[in-house]
Amino acid sequence: MATTEDRGALDSTAEWKRDLYETTPERQGELFSTISGLENEPLYTPESVEIDYDRDLGYPGVYPFTRGVYPSMYRGKLWTMRQFAGFGTAAETNARFQYLLDHGQTGLSTAFDMPTLMGHDSDHPRSLGEVGREGVAIDSLDDMETLFEGIPLDRVSTSMTINSPAAMLLAFYVCVGEEQGVPRDRLRGTIQTDILKEYIAQKEFIFPPEPSMRLVIDMIEFCAREMPKWHPVSISGYHIREAGSTAAQELAFTLADGFAYVEACIKRGLAVDDFAPRLSFFFNAHLDFFEEIAKYRAARRIWAKEMRERYGATNPRSWLMRFHTQTAGVSLTAQQPEVNIVRTALEALAAVLGGTQSLHTNSFDEALALPTEDAVRLALRTQQVIAHETGVVNTIDPLGGSYYVEELTNRLEAEAYDYFERIRKLGGVVAAIKENFFQREIAEASFRYQSEVEQKRRIVVGVNRYERRDERPVEILKINPALEREQIERVRALRARRDSSTVESALAALKRDAASEDRNLMPSIVEASRAYVTMGEMCDALREVWGVWRETPVF
Amino acid sequence: MARKIRVVIAKPGLDGHDRGAKIIARALRDAGMEVIYTGLHQTPEQIVETAIQEDADAVGISILSGAHMTLVPRILEGLRENGAEDVVVVVGGTIPDDDAAELKSAGVAEVFTPGAPTSEIVEFLRGKVPVS
Repeated sequence: MATTEDRGALDSTAEWKRDLYETTPERQGELFSTISGLENEPLYTPESVEIDYDRDLGYPGVYPFTRGVYPSMYRGKLWTMRQFAGFGTAAETNARFQYLLDHGQTGLSTAFDMPTLMGHDSDHPRSLGEVGREGVAIDSLDDMETLFEGIPLDRVSTSMTINSPAAMLLAFYVCVGEEQGVPRDRLRGTIQTDILKEYIAQKEFIFPPEPSMRLVIDMIEFCAREMPKWHPVSISGYHIREAGSTAAQELAFTLADGFAYVEACIKRGLAVDDFAPRLSFFFNAHLDFFEEIAKYRAARRIWAKEMRERYGATNPRSWLMRFHTQTAGVSLTAQQPEVNIVRTALEALAAVLGGTQSLHTNSFDEALALPTEDAVRLALRTQQVIAHETGVVNTIDPLGGSYYVEELTNRLEAEAYDYFERIRKLGGVVAAIKENFFQREIAEASFRYQSEVEQKRRIVVGVNRYERRDERPVEILKINPALEREQIERVRALRARRDSSTVESALAALKRDAASEDRNLMPSIVEASRAYVTMGEMCDALREVWGVWRETPVF
Repeated sequence: MARKIRVVIAKPGLDGHDRGAKIIARALRDAGMEVIYTGLHQTPEQIVETAIQEDADAVGISILSGAHMTLVPRILEGLRENGAEDVVVVVGGTIPDDDAAELKSAGVAEVFTPGAPTSEIVEFLRGKVPVS
């Protein structure tokens, strides 16, 4: 047995490990690697990590922003507590929005239903059974007016999770603003628009990658010119992670997508500093606490370095990676669902310690159905406890300088650069998508994790250990099936009452612009929206011109 | 030697959540079954057609869009109309208990919810499909 005196004589971590650590057996069975499979040493010391403080970390609000994007972080302003909401019809979601604003939420976040995400109106045959199920059904400006009724758009910031038909939804929002007397240059918010991760992970795509990319760049260009307070794209790792990726893959693929947008904008002729400050990000907060914190820190540092060094951005705001975070839906269990409250709280804490700008906490019942109002309130309260009771907001990047966190940050950064190189060799993100590179990497990681759970090398409480025989039923939200019928009638009534010649000419203009590479599509989409052309009609017009995308699945 | 169990893994509806479908497809393949994965965004009619063309013993329907009560009965109906009611239909996804009970009374052999181990699904199919 080694004494304190002997320990003082050790001259390296390796010796400590050999002479002391390895003299007692480790627990067997469970893995000591991160949930993503990165190996962990039992201990990190000054010998484990080399830190050049100014180069690698710096100060909050100072390049390379590892420690945070703002000088005062949560002492200046807490993160935005933004719960994603949407179900049924616009009127119902409007009521949920009002409820959340009344309970202290500071921003809105809209979930759309599957038909809306896929560019189908509610009365399309493919929409049957899906209208208002996983989000709100929005077919036209008419629905958007109802969605934001009584909510002054100059006083809230709104996030919209939509990608393939993002341009149409942005146009609807601009029109609602006009009707409320709020000009577009005062609208604040974010629209997801990140089509690349749709091909990679979320799979809500409509058009082939090339015209889809063109539409994204049209939106970025339009916002750079006319909507200076709007974030036209939220480059998202969330769905990549939910599809089963590792933390390093989430980091690498998301940043690679970001660089692909930057390069496409530059190719369009935009100056990097004219659009880069409005790019924002969206990450997952999964269960492996330190790995997640390291991921956010590495993300900020890589983005800042690449934006400055590779893309030549000179405006410091172009170097800042600001991001939204959502706790991991994929980590929630249907078994003993109340345990999800604990998982979500820990994930949310990682997001806050990682310096997120806004946060959504999942509700505990979401492995079963859309959340009830009570479950959503509890999820929001979780954030409020972290913000006001735990004290973690008092000091910026409190884990900075931890040998372990710094080493892990470096390791995730290195993993990301390895992936950038592999993607580059494949010919870039779009080429890699077409070769199923990302899809295969994610499927591999996801299967590996599932196997580890099944072999009980990873324990999921309530699932493969501490199971309960007498699961109590949980009260869940039920979507009234009559809402689908109501929404179908609503869009049909709209079609009957609007001016059909205006609709026809708006659609013709849209098709003409879509066929011509050098036209920005946003003006004709805004015009069509004003004429109450539906989202599905606009998407159909573009399908005619561009065709549709089908993936060859790999597993 | 026993022939291989043939399973169609199908993603009906509009949702793109394919993590579960792919894990199951691979687990069944690793367990020695013949697996055909339809890919995303299939209509009930397309799934029925694939099941019949592939002479499937079982169809595994993965659905997380909330449209299971609309889409799954249409698949069951389509199989019946084509004289393929002996095909074992299992469903996986976010399916509330009440809905699961209703689906089972409509002819679904089993409903697997998040957290179900793939080994359980493999065993279930082996128990349901006679292959010797």
